Amino acid sequence: MPKRDDINSVLVIGSGPIVIGQACEFDYSGTQACRVLREEGVRVILVNSNPATIMTDPDFADATYIEPITPEILETIIAKERPDAILPTLGGQTALNAAIALHERGILEKYDVELIGASFDAINKGEDRQIFKQLVLDAGADVARSHIARTVEEAVGFADDLGYPLVVRPSFTMGGLGSGFAYTEVELRRIVGDGLHHSPTTEVLLEESILGWKEFELEMMRDRADNTVVVCSIENVDPVGVHTGDSITVAPALTLTDREFQHLRDISIDIIRAVGVDTGGCNIQFAINPADGRVIVIEMNPRVSRSSALASKATGFPIAKIAAKLAIGYRLDEIPNDITGVTPASFEPTLDYVVVKVPRFAFEKFPAADPRLTTTMKSVGEAMAIGRNYASALQKALRSLEKRGSSFHWGAENRTLDELLIECEIPTDGRIVTVQQAFRKGGTIEQLFEATKIDPWFLDQIVLINEVATAVAAAERLDIDILRHAKDHGFSDAQIGELRGFGEADVRAVRHILGLRPVFKTVDTCAGEFPALTPYHYSSYDQETEVVPSDRRKVVILGSGPNRIGQGVEFDYSCVHASFALSEAGYETIMINCNPETVSTDYDTSDRLYFEPLTLEDVLEVIHAESQSGELVGVVVQLGGQTALGLARGLEAAGIPILGTTPDAIDLAEERGLFSGILDAAGLLAPRNGVATDYAGAVVAAEEIGYPVLVRPSYVLGGRGMEIIYDSPSLADYFTRMQGQGIIGPSHPLLVDRFLDDAIEIDVDAIFDGTELYIGGVMEHIEEAGIHSGDSSCTLPPVTLGRAEIDRVREATLGIARGIGVKGLLNVQFAIGAGVLYVLEANPRASRTVPFVAKALGITLAKAAALIMVGTTIKELKAAGKLPEIDGSRVPMEAPVAVKEAVLPFNRFRTPEGLVVDSVLGPEMRSTGEVMGIDRDFPRAFAKSQLAAYGGIPLSGTVFVSVSDRDKRAIILPMLRLQQLGYEIAATVGTAEILQRNGIRARVVTKFSDKADDNDVSIVELIRREEIQIVINTPGGRTARADGYEIRAAAVAGDLPLFTTIAELSAAVASIDAIRDGFEVTSLQEYATARTALL
Amino acid sequence: MGSSNPPASSASTALASTALSAVLVLEDGSRYVGRAYGSEGQTLGEIVFATGMTGYQETLTDPSYAGQIVLMTAPHIGNTGANDEDMESRKIWVSGFVVREPARVASNHRSTRTLDADLNAGGIVGISGIDTRAITRRIRSAGAMRSGIFSGDTFGLSDGEQLERVRAGASMRGRNLSDDVSTVEPFSIPPVGERIGSVAVLDLGVKTSTLNFLAERGFEVLVLPQSVTAEHVLSLKPSALFFSNGPGDPAASDKHVTLLREVLRAGVPYFGICFGNQLLGRALGFGTYKLPFGHRGINQPVLDKTTGKVEITSQNHGFAVDMPIEGVLESKAGFGKVEVSHYSLNDQVVEGIRCLDIDAFSVQYHPEAAAGPHDANYLFDRFRDVVVARNAAAADAGETK
Repeated sequence: MPKRDDINSVLVIGSGPIVIGQACEFDYSGTQACRVLREEGVRVILVNSNPATIMTDPDFADATYIEPITPEILETIIAKERPDAILPTLGGQTALNAAIALHERGILEKYDVELIGASFDAINKGEDRQIFKQLVLDAGADVARSHIARTVEEAVGFADDLGYPLVVRPSFTMGGLGSGFAYTEVELRRIVGDGLHHSPTTEVLLEESILGWKEFELEMMRDRADNTVVVCSIENVDPVGVHTGDSITVAPALTLTDREFQHLRDISIDIIRAVGVDTGGCNIQFAINPADGRVIVIEMNPRVSRSSALASKATGFPIAKIAAKLAIGYRLDEIPNDITGVTPASFEPTLDYVVVKVPRFAFEKFPAADPRLTTTMKSVGEAMAIGRNYASALQKALRSLEKRGSSFHWGAENRTLDELLIECEIPTDGRIVTVQQAFRKGGTIEQLFEATKIDPWFLDQIVLINEVATAVAAAERLDIDILRHAKDHGFSDAQIGELRGFGEADVRAVRHILGLRPVFKTVDTCAGEFPALTPYHYSSYDQETEVVPSDRRKVVILGSGPNRIGQGVEFDYSCVHASFALSEAGYETIMINCNPETVSTDYDTSDRLYFEPLTLEDVLEVIHAESQSGELVGVVVQLGGQTALGLARGLEAAGIPILGTTPDAIDLAEERGLFSGILDAAGLLAPRNGVATDYAGAVVAAEEIGYPVLVRPSYVLGGRGMEIIYDSPSLADYFTRMQGQGIIGPSHPLLVDRFLDDAIEIDVDAIFDGTELYIGGVMEHIEEAGIHSGDSSCTLPPVTLGRAEIDRVREATLGIARGIGVKGLLNVQFAIGAGVLYVLEANPRASRTVPFVAKALGITLAKAAALIMVGTTIKELKAAGKLPEIDGSRVPMEAPVAVKEAVLPFNRFRTPEGLVVDSVLGPEMRSTGEVMGIDRDFPRAFAKSQLAAYGGIPLSGTVFVSVSDRDKRAIILPMLRLQQLGYEIAATVGTAEILQRNGIRARVVTKFSDKADDNDVSIVELIRREEIQIVINTPGGRTARADGYEIRAAAVAGDLPLFTTIAELSAAVASIDAIRDGFEVTSLQEYATARTALL
Repeated sequence: MGSSNPPASSASTALASTALSAVLVLEDGSRYVGRAYGSEGQTLGEIVFATGMTGYQETLTDPSYAGQIVLMTAPHIGNTGANDEDMESRKIWVSGFVVREPARVASNHRSTRTLDADLNAGGIVGISGIDTRAITRRIRSAGAMRSGIFSGDTFGLSDGEQLERVRAGASMRGRNLSDDVSTVEPFSIPPVGERIGSVAVLDLGVKTSTLNFLAERGFEVLVLPQSVTAEHVLSLKPSALFFSNGPGDPAASDKHVTLLREVLRAGVPYFGICFGNQLLGRALGFGTYKLPFGHRGINQPVLDKTTGKVEITSQNHGFAVDMPIEGVLESKAGFGKVEVSHYSLNDQVVEGIRCLDIDAFSVQYHPEAAAGPHDANYLFDRFRDVVVARNAAAADAGETK
């Protein structure tokens, strides 16, 4: 059964913006699928709203649509492209839900398009809890006792039968959104209410609690000849109760006998067969009662998932790639295993190493959020590590998180054993370190099992690590035996140094003198049974290394580590592009990264892949191994975000050549005093600024500069603690809130900047080769200055900047590039206030917007920058056709407008009391992802961006408006227009008065805090009753804060479009007209053709 | 969850130790120094690697591993301890055991003891803490070799002395080990459910799971020592004959080949597994040969030529039948037409043969699994079906008369 000859074109649906529960693992799977399909001669049509992805590179598809993933837009694309089939199993739950909608609306039938990868029937069987439950029982397996509830009251009734605690799971959602444990009726009502809301079918499943059971997952593949294989088993170290995405997980499963494992395998095969996934993959989750071995099937996903990406990286078996081949008709035994080259894909990978994945959280961004881990996924990224034993893989994974306190440590521990044991009972970020401390304080395996229900085998491994630490600390001297012993258990030089009372560098020096370095083993799918062709390596302190010597010129590219807010897929895009460009230029590319979700960690992206933590120690060892042959040209540090940049100094000190902008030059941009010098020399202005180490100093500084001021603690990432302060009471309030967090003090001064109210913020991405400057794009923020650039929406080309302003921006960028001594990428943030151009900051590295520029204008900055770093000039790049002749500062009038919109995770987080966390945008970045809308003018592009990010703006209904006094004047025109467009308007009393005086009818709604009695209906209730369709609320002073919060929380909980800035509101109003007659779609390739025609 | 106690587990009190106390020496002179594991002393055998990630207990107690030092490529061994249910025979058969990371605690609700306890009780000399992947790659390129583990008193012997002892050890080529592993006394197992007939099982190293599968298919299972004669087998009037897996070189088992031919000529249906496949090959007149390093794992893809389906199989063999995988051949021993029914998708080695003119078939891999996937369990049904069909034919013939 070879490839089907009736499938000549396939529409691949991507997963949209990065959100919690659906991250760049779907970029990895989608990119693989697109590559495979094109290799097979299939015309690939791709739709994804996320511009930061590698899959939306025009090179990976024949027609790439960066458009909202809605049934209407998909139909427009289908009508235009007439694909033979749709592949919906590689774009997460988003793609699967889109496919279901297309089926239900009869669109598939209308255009005679076939779903491949999974049929509608299979999707339905896997996702519909009731059908799935029956199917599991029919397969002779067991499920938790459960009931389906369609109303809250029904749920409360069932709880009598199941008993508390019980689990609530909504149907058809991803990442466990809306699910959770209910311990009381109050909690049950809240979780069920939420769950019913999030479930597209308004159904939730109530289940008996299996809290504390062991949790396992099997990754399966099946072809249409009914050949089925288990690609990987994954065991959750954190037992049932913590979402698998938030658990520490290990592959392969380590605490199953063969009898138990084969039982799970048999059940899985029966289920995948019964569901009917016959051309692709799925995963099935199990719970096992540790006391008696009772097995329960938790759920299955009839598609490629986050776990499949992990399983692919863990085993070397590329699930998405194989799934795409199965979808077009191949059988498993007809597909070769890339890694061995000689054996087929119809086998089960076997591992001679251990893989550990650890989640990365961002609770510091949402201080009000409940930090307890539950069945709703809350992590924003993950790191994976490979080791020859569990201890080393775990320790490597923990240090890959790049987060203080994430690794095991042996310093002072003030908590008592009892305190630690109690803390361990509640799963939180970093619980494993608490467990380690509890063992240090004399805790026993029995006690820790009682507290955590973590399997005793895993607990003992932590005991083992502590024992090794004790041996290291007690050793008379650091000889090779004790060092090797520590290294074999994953201890870093820094940890050994901590135990011995000296520095990381000293340990490294001793270790190198003793000749102790890691060897590098290969991920080969077969435990060494067959030779591996792909150099996919990990370190171990074993005997034999498998790095094959090469005589080529090598470039090492440092990736960006685990995804976090502020550093995500955008950086992976740049790293992957650099790898492609350098490879094409004849270099041997060596990628180092530890993020299993990414394209950069695909074994065929770079010539060699090292799956290693991005710490100085680990990177130096890879470089040493690679330096044994060939010529190391240098290391690329400016593409992997702050992670890679942070290693530049250390690498340079070790004598490693850094490509592009030097570490000294990087410091020029980072250090405030030095940077002021550069600005002075270039005749540029920064907003007035000062520093303070305490409240009194801050008051003096703020008064000298003049309110409003932007305050930001130094040495924090992603704008942590950054706020705009409008008056001195607010400043006092700020200090009260920051107190005790240890982020402001003599060694960590607070930076106080003049805040440019009503200024326009501009982002520039450019490259500089030492002589010539090339602008990638000048992006105009839609919100005024003051909102973190990562959270604000922006437009490319700018839509309100004149030529003269753009020219000034260009000149200023050139001055900064020269002053710093940039060689490669440069991102500068400007503000224009009252006609004056201010420089806010400059970063000589890849920015989040590099891929956006590439998609909007077709200028591939990352590729160009990589070549500049190895000596190519911009002139040469233009001559070779790798850069357009005219740069991104001059965009022709006929060119389309692209709008980038941020996607925020507020609906993921609740306070411990179950309330929504506040959703006001500010200088601290909190978005997880972004979308792009592209169309012929700004209103249309903006409308698309809103549709892609939030489901769009309702075209009728009631608009609720409540704005701060500062904004009251600015809302009159937009509200008038909304009224003309037929919307009803409701407002709080102050806002309503202003509107009415301006001739706008507005219904007065009671503020939440003014609510007189239970008969009085406040705005919060109106939102809950779904009587409001759009919410406009700008945050005011401190007094209005609480009310504003209630309004925004209700809007977020109700998934309503919420505008917290006037600028966005105005853009939205303009877009409503444009979208009334529907959308047109244009592929990036069509835009490129038009662009060429213009030139 | 009702229970507040952790599942059966037993902690070792030993501190993490760095002391080196054992060495693995290969015939080619390579040496790997690590820590003693299990019993201490000296052991010799052919070094082979097994790639299963689960099922160490089944592997250790599989008689086919007699005479071999088994290296587990999976790094963590012993995590789930040991129990009585997962024994594939009465004892551990390997000559030696090589692992990277022995478990310090056993954690599983079925565990009744640690693996260390079983290794010590069985006097099995092992080694841990060495670069098992490097050794696997060595075996892959140089082939299966003689080897030895030295610990305790023998750890201190000179390198030369240790290598000499390894080289003086027995080679697997030409070695007959059936007598070592076979039952001495015959015994029988009653059928589970309705009896369809009896099967004479020649115990060349049979596994418990195989006997259970046969009994569960309605066979009264008559287990015979490997030394029985054809006359004795026929005198039992079995409905079918079964040859089990087992250790050793099939070329050194002529008497079993002769026995098989005689019973086949008497018209008794036959099914063989592993060694039983090699012996059927030889009985039909084909040769057998030693593979460079064998197939030992539970992830081996095999194509069933009849259905075109792929089975993921459990394998443990160092020898294979020498036959072309395509086409119908003529048995040189006069048993009519023969074809290869299954072959390995990894390296096209013969994994099953089927006679077209008589009721005889066999597979090189392990349909009883244990350890391994259950994909090939259907072969026991196929065997039962042969006997059931014969019974039906005999009944029909009786009625016609």
